[in-house]
Amino acid sequence: MTVRIVDRRFDSKNKSSVNRSRFIRRFKGQIRKAVSDAIDQRGIRDVDNGEKIGIPGNDIAESQFAHGSGGRREIVSPGNDRFISGDQLERPPEGGQGTGSRANQSGAGLDDFVFTLTRDEFLDIFFDELALPNLIKQQLARTEQFRRVRAGYAQTGVPTNINLGRTMRGAAGRRIAIGGPYAGQLRALEQELDGLRQTLADDHPQVEQVRREIGKLRAKIDSLPFIDPFDLRYNNRVRVAQPSTQAVMFCLLDVSGSMDEGRKNIAKRFFMLLYLFLTRNYEHTEVVFIRHHTVATEVDEDDFFTSRESGGTVVSSALTLMLSIISQRYPSSLWNIYGAQASDGDNWTDDSPRCRELLASQLLPLCQYFAYIEITEGAPQNLWAEYQQLQSTHAGRFAMQHIATLADIYPVFRELFKRRA
Amino acid sequence: MNPIALPPTLPTGSEWTPQAIAEYDTAIGRIAEDYGLDCYPHLIEVISAEQMMDAYASIGMPVYYHHWSFGKHFLSTENRYKRGQMGLAYEIVINSNPCIAYLMDENTLPMQALVIAHAAYGHNSFFKGNHLFKQWTSADAIIDYLVFARNYIAQCEERHGIEAVERILDACHALLNVGVDRYKRSPKQSLEKETLRLKEREAYMQAQVNDLWRTLPSHPSAEVRREQSRFPEEPEENVLYFVEKNAPLLEPWQREVVRIVRKIGQYFHPQRQTQLMNEGWACFWHYTLLNTLYDQGGLSDGFMLEFLQSHTNVVYQPPYNSPHYSGVNPYALGFAMWRDIRRICEQPSAEDREWFPDIAGSDWRQTFDFAMRNFKDESFVAQFLSPRVMREFRFFSALDDDTRSHLQIDAIHDDQGYRTLRRQLAEQYNLGSREPNIQVWNVDLRGDRSLTLRHFAHQRQKLDAQYDTVLEHLAQLWGFGVRLEEQRPDGTINVIGEKKTDRRRNN
Repeated sequence: MTVRIVDRRFDSKNKSSVNRSRFIRRFKGQIRKAVSDAIDQRGIRDVDNGEKIGIPGNDIAESQFAHGSGGRREIVSPGNDRFISGDQLERPPEGGQGTGSRANQSGAGLDDFVFTLTRDEFLDIFFDELALPNLIKQQLARTEQFRRVRAGYAQTGVPTNINLGRTMRGAAGRRIAIGGPYAGQLRALEQELDGLRQTLADDHPQVEQVRREIGKLRAKIDSLPFIDPFDLRYNNRVRVAQPSTQAVMFCLLDVSGSMDEGRKNIAKRFFMLLYLFLTRNYEHTEVVFIRHHTVATEVDEDDFFTSRESGGTVVSSALTLMLSIISQRYPSSLWNIYGAQASDGDNWTDDSPRCRELLASQLLPLCQYFAYIEITEGAPQNLWAEYQQLQSTHAGRFAMQHIATLADIYPVFRELFKRRA
Repeated sequence: MNPIALPPTLPTGSEWTPQAIAEYDTAIGRIAEDYGLDCYPHLIEVISAEQMMDAYASIGMPVYYHHWSFGKHFLSTENRYKRGQMGLAYEIVINSNPCIAYLMDENTLPMQALVIAHAAYGHNSFFKGNHLFKQWTSADAIIDYLVFARNYIAQCEERHGIEAVERILDACHALLNVGVDRYKRSPKQSLEKETLRLKEREAYMQAQVNDLWRTLPSHPSAEVRREQSRFPEEPEENVLYFVEKNAPLLEPWQREVVRIVRKIGQYFHPQRQTQLMNEGWACFWHYTLLNTLYDQGGLSDGFMLEFLQSHTNVVYQPPYNSPHYSGVNPYALGFAMWRDIRRICEQPSAEDREWFPDIAGSDWRQTFDFAMRNFKDESFVAQFLSPRVMREFRFFSALDDDTRSHLQIDAIHDDQGYRTLRRQLAEQYNLGSREPNIQVWNVDLRGDRSLTLRHFAHQRQKLDAQYDTVLEHLAQLWGFGVRLEEQRPDGTINVIGEKKTDRRRNN
């Protein structure tokens, strides 16, 4: 008798995935906290990859009744190299290599429980319960993009679209349908011929007659075309209106002298979060970087975050530039437009009402959502006061938040994009 | 001249094929039969590393219900494995009939042969022979029962929601180590019987519980009796069992879930009591079987070198002051003890004759059989640990008393110390003293229905602070207040933890 060997290597993988997702669901709170901590510690650009996450061991410990330290115990250990009975020795430091099984008895050390989330799990948790406001927009009103989708078969079309299977099936069916009666008659005549040849001579007129009939029938059957234009079937594709799922995000950054590296860093992280979030919602996302002091320029990503200029601040210059870029390159009928502005709020006093005016009358009607974050540790500046008026008039489209330190970014981000009932 | 016909030389090389595995299995099986090993029939399953980690997460069981804690174990294993901090076990073997041995596909051919000898013959015969396994587990029914358990729990999740089931499972897992019968035999499980009796039992248990709380008209003598009568009358060591039978507010399905967790916990209990013996036994047999096969000419020298290297890694005992030290290695001590018993039987010294008059010079196979069948770790050490093994391991014992500033060396491997060492080491393998002794002491039947547990402190050893969480879980199951008392050796009793809940009122 030989042993039975079962090869299970190719059985379904991820048998544990149910348990794994249960674990993540169960500790979502802790994991989310760990995720937001991870954001503070690392470059946000890496967030898109999976993330190694540590959550406090205490939170997920499975407690049981166990002995703690203390009391009196005798511990037997191997490898005696120096002791004799009656020796007195110092207690080894806790956690060090102790004598005996103390480490086992006092319960496992409760370090952080570290594991790796997949990219999807990570982003799911990261953006859990967040939603883009006003996602629907004009998508239904105007659609300029089309996608071709399969829609059964048609009798007309171009040769490249011929569906051979369907065509041949139709042809076979037609041949059977039309040739069927002939075939029946043919069988009957052949039987008759066999019968006649038993009794009559081969050249008897009656036999000849039947033979001629058979010949005619054969000719009829042969004349049925193997394939007929009628049989042709083409794969049919129809154009389906495709809602515009592209988004453009405008990042407006104040680089005036009052914005130091720390503040710009905060702004940068905020913009990266926003970018990640948009890429999850839209198939195609473009980003336009605009930085400004007294004049606004469109720059590439590197310049946006690195160079530093000084001088006064005219925020409206950036808004005007954004407006002109929209009208040149991103018609609002085709693009979902998002704006995010970061500034320390220190603007020329005359300019702030103008900014509000620009936003209210021209930009906000074009945008899905416009978020303003003010990065300052002190009291709100003049821009904040002006923008506050917008908050009441354009409630769904405009939001503003205040960020003081790095740790505020994620909460503020969640606040801005919280799913609204 | 060799009277034994040489077996055909077995396949060599490091790549394995199913054919080669089967040939090795046949050869090893033939030798095992010559030695008289009594095994269940076995089944070999080849699995990948990832599946091995899956199996780890569910304590090696091929089917198991879903729970987040298994996901947690999987994640931590995966993480450590990927970072190279740990290797995976070469095998997992399941105490079932037929016995299932998992081989990992990354093993080389000699490793597979080693694993077959170790698991499919060593562990397998231990499962079949040892009295604890015979008495406490039903190898024929365990897989069926696990299937039943998983389906039942999945049904409950559908009906009552994942959270509700998870709460119960969490609570049961917390009480798992006080959820085993240590002395009573549990009834056999079988899938059909379980399913058939399920409904009946639900109804019956519910009726029992309600009876417990029947309101009686009070009469004068009740006050007197209240002082005397406790419920349960005798303390109950199996807390989960007590909860299953007596918790007043559990729904029938919740009782069944408690029962399932308890049953499966009970199934694993013998493995925890016999780790040293079992691993030592399996190591002894893979060593003996493969060496015999080599002596008969069936194995190549290359095979033996690879085998011996793995073998010595497994049975290595680092000394107490090594950075690799993590307690006595059960593989090392077990292997050494079984080898030593054979030596005592075959070549006893004067010392052995004095210490082991019964077995010195006896037939080693019979002695082995006796020892394997009738002992557990604690009694095995107490009975068979010889001075020679203690010397080889250079055992010493240290007394750690929190009332004294220094540790004291109690005994070392010398004539005065052997008996002390042996007794203390045996005690170290005694689950009863390794785990806290906690029993159900009383239920306040006429008052607030609170449940009182009592911890009998052994040598002043206190409970770890996590008991507070465990009490919370217990209160969740019990539905009313839960109290934990500590009884010191001097007889004083004080309450160390209390959870007040009254689910009935909250509803």
